[in-house]
Amino acid sequence: MNEGLLIDIIIGISIASVPLIFAAIGELLVERSGVLNLGVEGMMIVGALLGFVVQFHTGNPFLAVLAALLGGMAIASIFAFLTQFLLTNQVATGLALTLFGLGFSAFVGRGYTEETIQLITSVHIPILSDIPYVGPLLFSYNPLVYLAFFMVYLVWWFLFKTKQGLVLRAIGDNHDAAHAIGHKVIRYRVMAILFGGAMAGIGGAFLSLVQVPIWGEDMTAGRGWIALGLVVFSSWQPFRIIFGAILFGGITILQLHAQGFDIRISAQYLSMLPYLATIIILVSLRMRLKNKTNRTVPNCLGRIFHSTT
Amino acid sequence: MSNIRLRSILKLSLLSAVLAFTSNVFADPVKAAFVYIGPTGDHGWTYAHDQGAKYLKAQMGDDVVVTTVESVEENSDSERVITSLARKNDIIFTTSFGYMNPTLKVAKRYPDVKFEHATGYMLEDNVSVYSARFYEGRHVIGKIAGRMTKTNVIGYIASFPIPEVIRGINAAYLAAKSVNPDIQIKIIWVYTWYDPGKEADAANALIAQGADIIMQHTDSTAPMTVAEETEGVYAFGQASDMGAWGPTSQLTSIIDNWGPYYLSRVQAVKDGTWASSDTFDGIRQGMVKFAPMSSAMPLEVKQEASKAIIDVMTGAVHPFTGPINKQDGSPWLAEGETPPAYPDLLTMDFYVEGIDSKYPN
Repeated sequence: MNEGLLIDIIIGISIASVPLIFAAIGELLVERSGVLNLGVEGMMIVGALLGFVVQFHTGNPFLAVLAALLGGMAIASIFAFLTQFLLTNQVATGLALTLFGLGFSAFVGRGYTEETIQLITSVHIPILSDIPYVGPLLFSYNPLVYLAFFMVYLVWWFLFKTKQGLVLRAIGDNHDAAHAIGHKVIRYRVMAILFGGAMAGIGGAFLSLVQVPIWGEDMTAGRGWIALGLVVFSSWQPFRIIFGAILFGGITILQLHAQGFDIRISAQYLSMLPYLATIIILVSLRMRLKNKTNRTVPNCLGRIFHSTT
Repeated sequence: MSNIRLRSILKLSLLSAVLAFTSNVFADPVKAAFVYIGPTGDHGWTYAHDQGAKYLKAQMGDDVVVTTVESVEENSDSERVITSLARKNDIIFTTSFGYMNPTLKVAKRYPDVKFEHATGYMLEDNVSVYSARFYEGRHVIGKIAGRMTKTNVIGYIASFPIPEVIRGINAAYLAAKSVNPDIQIKIIWVYTWYDPGKEADAANALIAQGADIIMQHTDSTAPMTVAEETEGVYAFGQASDMGAWGPTSQLTSIIDNWGPYYLSRVQAVKDGTWASSDTFDGIRQGMVKFAPMSSAMPLEVKQEASKAIIDVMTGAVHPFTGPINKQDGSPWLAEGETPPAYPDLLTMDFYVEGIDSKYPN
């Protein structure tokens, strides 16, 4: 195997994992605040559509990404309103959000399946991008790739290095206690849900703006669900999202390459692996929880908060 | 008294029978319905069927009412959709292999409704099957690929290991090999008909591994856009002209032309001549067509491609003409022998000799 191919494989893995990182890091913050939003797929697909539409009409990638971000937030705000103010069941509302997003985007996007756009180009940093091996591997990606990794750092920093992050985690673990000492449970959760929507929107737009320059109905093809799995896989630790996304993305890309080389591993077994890993991690997490040595699962995850005072 | 009543009843029933007859054959528009596996905007399989439905409507005008239902999954959903369509329609086209069992089940319950199942093989009195000889198209693009490649590696994005896809791979490989003995074909199975992201990943993987010609048997335009992004890589469109996504990369495209078939079947319902039938048409009948050849192709390649089309059309050349061995070296076709449609073509489950990928299990 030559170096050029190896570099191509690594770049392929990075590209495949970026939409997952965006969507999963947003959902991680949401779940840390004690809310389970199963609407990730729906928010992603709306982001993919709006990003494409704005890029098509304006040709301005900055506006396109902004539109995707706002679109994801807009649809997340429906979820926030229903679950936080009308106190609907989060699982049912999240599922409805996914179905709504898929249907809405298919309907609005009807006229755009005929179109194509200019892909957002990758950066080229003078000198750095030209270093052999290191240049293409580290300094020649699309700006959104760097943003994805930066967002992971930002969420980690927010959760563990700021006071607001501490409050958000407290709300996720015990909303009654947090409320009793005067924290705005609903306000924090709404903000978290909107952030989750924004990230899912960008993740979706990465698909339609960077990976392929087309819009197609259902083009997220289940990546929102993988992102939800990733949050569990990461046991709600931000940096493990990167590891998990590279594992998920890596297996996808490697099994494609393995077929090209006619390496005899069944594609089905390979695509099963990340999910198997998620199940094993869930089980081990549960066992550690029993021993009270690990408190990473937000205690109030999915529970409705209703202030009585 | 009883006689008069009987006579009037007879008259009345005769009158209503005449009325029903005239209304069925002359007055009422035929109600035709289509069930699609994907979105009509995929620009692949479903798009092509939808173009056929549009052609039908354009040709018959007020004589037909067309109903389409898209993105119907091949599970119990499809049976429900087909059932509800059967209540209101005269003829129903179910356009995916996986609709076979639901179609047969509903057809049994609605014996007066005509059913047309694409790519299937189970016939009933009110169920026809129809498919196209896409392998003839693959034969032509195989010849072009063999001439156009510089790396001698063809990349093939395959969906599911079903006979139709296997036929396409074998036909393309044999044709490419016939004009370029050094050709190698790399096959990646993506196990989906439609996932633009994954199809693009597969195209990138094939290009990274040296392919400079991409063929696809999946339905999105994503592989074409990847070829367009990459210098020196060409691709073939699937099911419809994908030139808009690959203005410089598309060499040509195999076009599924269902319109005339749909017109003839619905017209037959209108005329009362519809009968269950088994259709497997190709280039000659116009069911398989091609997008314009790219200007990137040298004149002699264009001529060779045109000759291949004419040879298949006239029957001078069959894409599978012996001697051909199976991948394991066992003989399939003897010198000069061509295979029958059934079982050889319709149940094909092996690679031909020379393809060095492992057959998927």
